[in-house]
Amino acid sequence: MTSSTHAGGGAEVAGSEPLLNVVGLQTQIRSDRGTITPVDGVSFHIKAGEIVALVGESGCGKSMTALSTMRLVSSPVSVTGGQVVFEGTDLLGLSDRQMRRMRGGRLAMIFQDPMTFLNPLMKVADQIVEAILLHQPVKRREAEKLAVEALRRVRIPAPESVAERFPHQLSGGMRQRVLIAIAITSNPSLLIADEPTTALDVTVQAQIMHLLADIRRTAGTAMLFITHDLGLVAEYCDRVYVMYSGRVVEEGSVFDIFAKPRHPYTRALLRSTLSPGTKADDFVSIQGHPPAAFDRIAGCRFHPRCPSVLDRCRTEEPPTRRDAAGAAACWLEGAA
Amino acid sequence: MLSYFARRVWQGFLVIVVIICLNFFLIHAAPGDPVNALIGTMAPTPEYMEQVRREYGLDEPLLWQFLRYAARMAQFDFGESLRFRQPVIDIILARLPATLLLMGTALVLSSTVGIVLAAAAAKFRDSWVDRVLTTTSIVGFAMPAFWLGQLMLIVFALNLNWLPAQGMYSLRAPSDGFGRVLDILRHLILPALTYSVYHLALIYRLTRVKMHEALAQDYIIAARARGVAEHRVVYVHALRNAILPVVTIIGLNFGFMLAGSVLVETVFAWPGLGRLFYEAISARDYPVLMGIFTLVSGMVVIANILTDMLYAVIDPRVVYG
Amino acid sequence: MTLLSPSMRTSLRLLKKNKVSAGATAVLGAVLFVAVFGAALAPYNPGQVGVGPTTAAPSPAHLLGTDDLGRDVFSRILAGTRASVAVGLSAAMITTLIGVLVGATAGYFGGTIDDVLMRITEIFQVIPRFFLAVLMVAFFGANLLNIIFAIAILSWPETARIVRSEFLSLRSRQFVSAARIAGASTATLIFLEILPNALGPVVVNATLQVGQAMILEAGLSYLGLADRNQVSLGLMLFEAQQFLRSAWWMSLFPGAVITLVVLSLNLLGDSLNDLIDPRRRGR
Repeated sequence: MTSSTHAGGGAEVAGSEPLLNVVGLQTQIRSDRGTITPVDGVSFHIKAGEIVALVGESGCGKSMTALSTMRLVSSPVSVTGGQVVFEGTDLLGLSDRQMRRMRGGRLAMIFQDPMTFLNPLMKVADQIVEAILLHQPVKRREAEKLAVEALRRVRIPAPESVAERFPHQLSGGMRQRVLIAIAITSNPSLLIADEPTTALDVTVQAQIMHLLADIRRTAGTAMLFITHDLGLVAEYCDRVYVMYSGRVVEEGSVFDIFAKPRHPYTRALLRSTLSPGTKADDFVSIQGHPPAAFDRIAGCRFHPRCPSVLDRCRTEEPPTRRDAAGAAACWLEGAA
Repeated sequence: MLSYFARRVWQGFLVIVVIICLNFFLIHAAPGDPVNALIGTMAPTPEYMEQVRREYGLDEPLLWQFLRYAARMAQFDFGESLRFRQPVIDIILARLPATLLLMGTALVLSSTVGIVLAAAAAKFRDSWVDRVLTTTSIVGFAMPAFWLGQLMLIVFALNLNWLPAQGMYSLRAPSDGFGRVLDILRHLILPALTYSVYHLALIYRLTRVKMHEALAQDYIIAARARGVAEHRVVYVHALRNAILPVVTIIGLNFGFMLAGSVLVETVFAWPGLGRLFYEAISARDYPVLMGIFTLVSGMVVIANILTDMLYAVIDPRVVYG
Repeated sequence: MTLLSPSMRTSLRLLKKNKVSAGATAVLGAVLFVAVFGAALAPYNPGQVGVGPTTAAPSPAHLLGTDDLGRDVFSRILAGTRASVAVGLSAAMITTLIGVLVGATAGYFGGTIDDVLMRITEIFQVIPRFFLAVLMVAFFGANLLNIIFAIAILSWPETARIVRSEFLSLRSRQFVSAARIAGASTATLIFLEILPNALGPVVVNATLQVGQAMILEAGLSYLGLADRNQVSLGLMLFEAQQFLRSAWWMSLFPGAVITLVVLSLNLLGDSLNDLIDPRRRGR
């Protein structure tokens, strides 16, 4: 790997090639009203066994980044540029068939709302068995045993009976466990978790996060954790990428991001989420709204809402400045 | 859910009551003597008219007449056919099997083909296959079924002479065994096809919409994310969910389908309930008309209840009791 | 996830649909023209027997042929279109009127009134309406008025349900409360404040009802329950039945006209629906 000039490009860690290296990923939605680019040149990397957070407000393109990485977007959305190198192969170059073998095998994903991501007409067991049969050379009966085993792994009580139930008979937390069970049946090396706890209440949230952390510890599964909840990030993640309007604006270790955030957007994000009395997704303290993706904002995309905006922010796009601690794309970086 | 089911049954009961009231109302509100509605305008003898008058209690107070009438209906006594001088219920039951054969064939044909085509069209959304099928279905939807029957008759029976034009049996065909079955099948093809087209259009359009809705659901993305192949995503995950509302519509459209069978049977002189209805109209055979109306309503009510039960079987989310 | 298809495809579809709906509107315009001025365009008196040979194939003298009594099929279609359109329009109008009254009452007042009205509506939806229409026309006599009335009285439940759900969602809106506080009467609230806002779905439904009524009329006529004094497209198909072997044109052309008109109405209804509510596409 060579070091990249893209925003947030993979900072090299000596001697270890990252498990996932996304470089300059671009995803576009085409319609007759024009083309919008919800993911615009995003780069990030994840090392084996690492939990990496991708944070930002809703609409900043973080979910679209995850879906694009999995190649789960379909017309009129399409991945239009960049590289997604996973375990040495560029996923964007694979055939549909090869990509299918990846999904649910080495590379798995869980989602935001466990209510809607399970097929309501299929028994829990059948949905897990489906995943097992696709990726492991076992017979159906063996797969059924493995399915119960997977439920046990995600600490579902009485897994045999839960396996025979339908999704609507389970609580939200249980359903998310089932989705996790489906995702980890084939021991993926990377799990992409798209806001996996957002739809759950707080106690269940903690249980699910503990479970994910445990899976990382015991199976060494790396995770891309997409969230807007900085509290969870602080507690569970190793490194952080901050996204704004389709771009990565800052990256760094959890410690650095929380101790000395460099980008004004990150600072605003921290202020709004960590001050007592505000809800995790309450962004009121950042003035204005994130720009609609159609907007073509000149200069830095954050400048209309930035408290410390400079003149050049309105016209020139800031480059990503990188040092040992991380990277940020802000003109203040150079001035400071 | 049990209460919902009970409500359906109660509603069905009310419908039957309303139907009996309507019949009663028609007999009495129609211009002329009610007895004419019961035995026709060319009554054979004054004695017979008197007999019917007594039987229906036409000289008694209206409420009493109504109760008497309702009691007869409850026992499936729909009176006597003016044309055949036989109990209406016997005539109807004799004609029912032919209608059920025609409807059953057409329903199986149109549902299977419609659902399969819609699923295929949904998989290849906005392709030329999708466009051709959808356009055809829109046209099929706008055609009067009996006109399509006339066209089929003109082309396949009268000009190409491939298939028989009228009825259910040929005179020359063997009267039993395999030959007879074959003969009936040959007669069945055109009416069943005609009858299928409208429902095919309906089922296709409905399934297509439901497929698009299903394919936009989150569990579809989740299935793809675990590596499920596209054909399985479409035909297993999406289709099963899309079919549920389609089943309901098919069940709830039962009355509509029976209406279609009246028209199609008339075109092809298929000796079923619909043809009987048509003949009764021409002969002003009011008891038969009312008998068929009542029986058909009862069938619709039962079909609605069965649909609910079937739904409960297919959809695990619905639990009665 | 929600970023995917919906709104993107709509605009494209609307554009495509505009061509289709322009075509549909043109057809309907022509049909209305024929319905109003058809008599003047007819080359022959549509009721006149023997204006040509019997069951003559289409020819320059008789563009769409003649029927078994030597009447001109083209002239009869012009006249029949008028009757069929008249039945369709008036039945749809009465249907809409009843449906709006029932639906508005149920939706505006809610509570017990709503409950009772909706139970009645449900029962009417279960009754096999075609059979009842046949009975009504058979008992009361086959004339245009009875046919229109029979169709209308059996078709209103759908309209009522649509209007009711619109009223349920509109009645608690700000502008209604404002008018109520300003002292508007109940009738004013229903007809001048809420109804205009619920008009979109009502118009779409009425459009589709016109086509449904035309098909029902054709069905009734085909069973011999046509007004014999008034040629309609359905009556023509009824008359054609016995001459399918010798005079296919007696069946083909009237049926094609019905299909074309109903098709245009359905397409127009669809695109109106898209205009009102882009989310309900593709139905």
